[in-house]
Amino acid sequence: MTDTTLTILIVGLLALMGVGLYGLLAVRNLIKVIVALQILVKGALLALVAAGAASGQVNLGQSLAATVIVADTVVAVVGLALAVQVRRTVGTLDVQALARLKK
Amino acid sequence: MDAWLVALLAGSVLCAIQAIRATRLLTAAIWLAGVSALVSVALYILGAQQVAVIELSVGAGLVTVLFVFAISIAGEEAMAVRGIVPQPVGLVLVIGAVALLAYMVLPAVGVGSPVIEGSFSQMLWEERGLDVLVQIALIFAGVIGVLGLIGEGKAVPAATAPDTAAEPAAPAIAATEDSTHPAEAVAEAVERAPVPELEEVHA
Repeated sequence: MTDTTLTILIVGLLALMGVGLYGLLAVRNLIKVIVALQILVKGALLALVAAGAASGQVNLGQSLAATVIVADTVVAVVGLALAVQVRRTVGTLDVQALARLKK
Repeated sequence: MDAWLVALLAGSVLCAIQAIRATRLLTAAIWLAGVSALVSVALYILGAQQVAVIELSVGAGLVTVLFVFAISIAGEEAMAVRGIVPQPVGLVLVIGAVALLAYMVLPAVGVGSPVIEGSFSQMLWEERGLDVLVQIALIFAGVIGVLGLIGEGKAVPAATAPDTAAEPAAPAIAATEDSTHPAEAVAEAVERAPVPELEEVHA
């Protein structure tokens, strides 16, 4: 892998992580918060594989990326189930409404 | 290769921006699937074929189906445009974080040296075997968590179902909590509460 390719990859994954981070800060809908988290993790996934490819250890990067994919999927599943339950009990998906957990 | 990578990464960033900007949740889920698909093609080009296939099937397939399923249950909801953090503050924070990451990562370009390593299966099952055990534990924890969340949602209506005849009085009492005298509040609640018909009570 050339230095130019690695630089392109780093710029791309930083942009992805930036968009995901901004989504986490700016979005109020609980399901869209999970979407933003997924985008953030896509950038981290790309970073792992890019680091592995740049250091000549692409299979090490792949094994770490597989772990990240599993963890990310479990987070998405539990987060979506939580969002559905929040919608049933609180009646809204607005994260501002969850600031007061006491009734 | 570089031109393909630039196109794929630009497309994935564009899809990510659209996913954040989308007003409908279903549209956001579809844009997220686009991000996953483009990232998986980029991973394939980088030589990570196994992870690319996993990402395409899990990230763009399974997770999107789960999003659509959850949105169909929870429903679309119109949300206020204003976010938690004011937009200028959020942009400054994100630009600062990304600049810090770039400052830490970009000097590493050109430092890496080739290392001889084993195959993917050897790396995953032998050298990173603990990770596989953690993945199994994570999957079980996720399943138990989802069962706990969904199961709790089903148990609540079943427990309150036999007491439906007494339910109408409760909101009436709650509505008169600001009265000065408790006896007056109870009297108001009795007046406001709808009297159930005799047939309904026997039924």
